[in-house]
Amino acid sequence: MADKYRVVGAVRETLRAELEHDEEVVLYGEDVGRAGGVFRATEGLLDDFPDRVFDTPVAEAGIVGAGAGLAATGLRPVAEIQFQSFIYQGFHQLAQHVARMRSRTRGTLTLPMTIRTPYGGGIHALELHSESYEAGFSHVPGLTVVVPSTPAETSGLLRSAIRHPDPVVFLEPTRLYRSVREEVPEDHEIPLGESRIAEPGEDVTVVAWGSMLQRTLDVADDIDASVEVVDPRTIHPLDTETITDSVKKTGRCVVVHEAPRTAGMAGEITARINEDAFLYLEAPVERVTGYDVPVPFFAREDDYVPDEERIAEGIRKTVEF
Amino acid sequence: MPRETVAEFSVESVQALSEDGEIDEDLAPSLSDDQLLELYELMKRSRRLDERAISLQRRGELGTYAPAIGQEAAQVGSAFAMADDDWIVPSFRESAALLTRGTDPHRILWYALGMEEGAEIPDGANAFPPSIPVGSQPLHAAGIGWGEGIQDRPNVAVTYFGDGATSEGDVYEAFNFAGVYDAQTVFVCQNNRYAISTRLADQTAAETLAQKAIAAGIDGVRVDGNDVLGVYRVVQEALKRAREGEPMLVETLTYRRSMHTTSDDPSAYRDAEEEEEWEARDPIVRFQVYLEENGILDQERKEEVEQRVESEISEAIERAKEGAADVDGADMFRYVYDEMPPYLEGQLQEFEG
Ligand SMILES: Cc1ncc(C[n+]2csc(CCOP(=O)(O)OP(=O)(O)O)c2C)c(N)n1
Repeated sequence: MADKYRVVGAVRETLRAELEHDEEVVLYGEDVGRAGGVFRATEGLLDDFPDRVFDTPVAEAGIVGAGAGLAATGLRPVAEIQFQSFIYQGFHQLAQHVARMRSRTRGTLTLPMTIRTPYGGGIHALELHSESYEAGFSHVPGLTVVVPSTPAETSGLLRSAIRHPDPVVFLEPTRLYRSVREEVPEDHEIPLGESRIAEPGEDVTVVAWGSMLQRTLDVADDIDASVEVVDPRTIHPLDTETITDSVKKTGRCVVVHEAPRTAGMAGEITARINEDAFLYLEAPVERVTGYDVPVPFFAREDDYVPDEERIAEGIRKTVEF
Repeated sequence: MPRETVAEFSVESVQALSEDGEIDEDLAPSLSDDQLLELYELMKRSRRLDERAISLQRRGELGTYAPAIGQEAAQVGSAFAMADDDWIVPSFRESAALLTRGTDPHRILWYALGMEEGAEIPDGANAFPPSIPVGSQPLHAAGIGWGEGIQDRPNVAVTYFGDGATSEGDVYEAFNFAGVYDAQTVFVCQNNRYAISTRLADQTAAETLAQKAIAAGIDGVRVDGNDVLGVYRVVQEALKRAREGEPMLVETLTYRRSMHTTSDDPSAYRDAEEEEEWEARDPIVRFQVYLEENGILDQERKEEVEQRVESEISEAIERAKEGAADVDGADMFRYVYDEMPPYLEGQLQEFEG
């Protein structure tokens, strides 16, 4: 029995199911309780689980840092950071403690916690509400970084994140919250660390995630080439093999992301392809990304985020090389 | 003595103009009738800008906007007390304070239209742009107040933030820096009782927010934030002390009468009864009653103010829309560094190509 949800509904229903499934799950964050979250992703959960859903003070260091303590007591904290950029206010807790606790205690203290946060552009929000920092989180060893791209994927990945033994940063693409509605299977887990082929093809591999994935699929439908689209889902630790296997087949690769180009994940993916599939390449790996500028305020946001045209151009360039 | 009290503190609360418009003669600031009318007009201008901004947003002609409705006395009263060269370090809800400092309203609208043009610092102004990350800007004000002191200048930094912001560690660091360096800084906390949906009681167990300064060794005072004269009076005193290197926190107790921003629906977390109660305690109404009862404001003058405000805001909207039509995407590359590095030059060419 599978109900239909949008991404935001998939988040909410998965959180509800996990609160039901495991008494150790606690949910907290700014405005997640009484208001049900600024995107309504936690609506109704305080009513249903009054002892395990908490509104917090406006304090991200507190949200992340206290999460380490909650997790140490045997709970499974699921925290919301209201918008991804505000995790910077708690970044020291994330990088100095949460990510490292397992290694520095040689596995004797571990912190299973999930930090959900909306990320990326697309809703014409205020300044600092549209950033994509997946590469930054991936640069912190010990963190697992997940980006879902459909309602069903969101549910399966979020469930796995909550059940995961280590800290997970779960980046929910804001642009997708209220896009398509689809069937979301119940009690469905998608293993972390496994990419998927979102669309099979022969001529060129395009790696894309989050809100760039749907854009890429739309371009793939229209373009005069057979495009294989790979959705990594877990950005870090990355399942390199699915990508390189695809590249070995197609010989060409484009990586698309919203984040700035320099030191972005496209650079890392390119390096891995060079390491594992260099001799199969028939063209240099192409990057279609945000520019190396602060994400502009929304009047210029559409100029910043890769659009269909730029993605198509990147694919054409690679195929015609 | 094995157990003794080594420190004791108290927090004062100030009100110059009571809720029914009665003035306390000892606390009444010495302002001329013209200045009183200026305060009134500033509050009206801010209110009208916010109202028009909300309706523009509802028509899809403006982005997310954070109105200051209900907080005009806290903002206008405090900003009005500042000297020309004092610094303003605002958060994102400071339309009233910015207008008081002479910011053109079309710039406030540009910011809400998603244009960096709205964050430009007007020529010669000592100001920081709006700060979106809650509680991050008081540290800038601590640094300014410290820097002005190092250079023996009299300027004070006034920073604005909310009740929720006092939960951020940065805010405590700002108080502490200010205390350690005798910073020429006044911290204006607008306690509007909500941080989006979160009520004050869920934000802190502290009885007042003013007392948060005391732990950092600086003074804190509370003032009725819906009393424009009380706010003016208290901030004027705080500015005087800050100029001598004694920073201070002023907690203005007010109420956010509107939504948090235009993306918010307060009916999800508070009831209409509470909102009505605060409508009756509106800061503009209180001040208007005082002005009328003291023969400073008459019907004719009221209409004149309303008409002037209306036409100013309408002009500002026109001007903002005209500017919005000229937005050049390539600008995003132009201000990242003093000199554009070659790789960015390449990206700009790609963008324009
Ligand atoms: C660091 C940070 N965390 C969270 C947010 C999201 N947010 C925007 S305003 C707000 C509440 C702020 O409340 P308060 O400080 O009381 O100011 P008010 O909005 O009431 O003026 C929150 C949580 C943010 N902008 N920055």
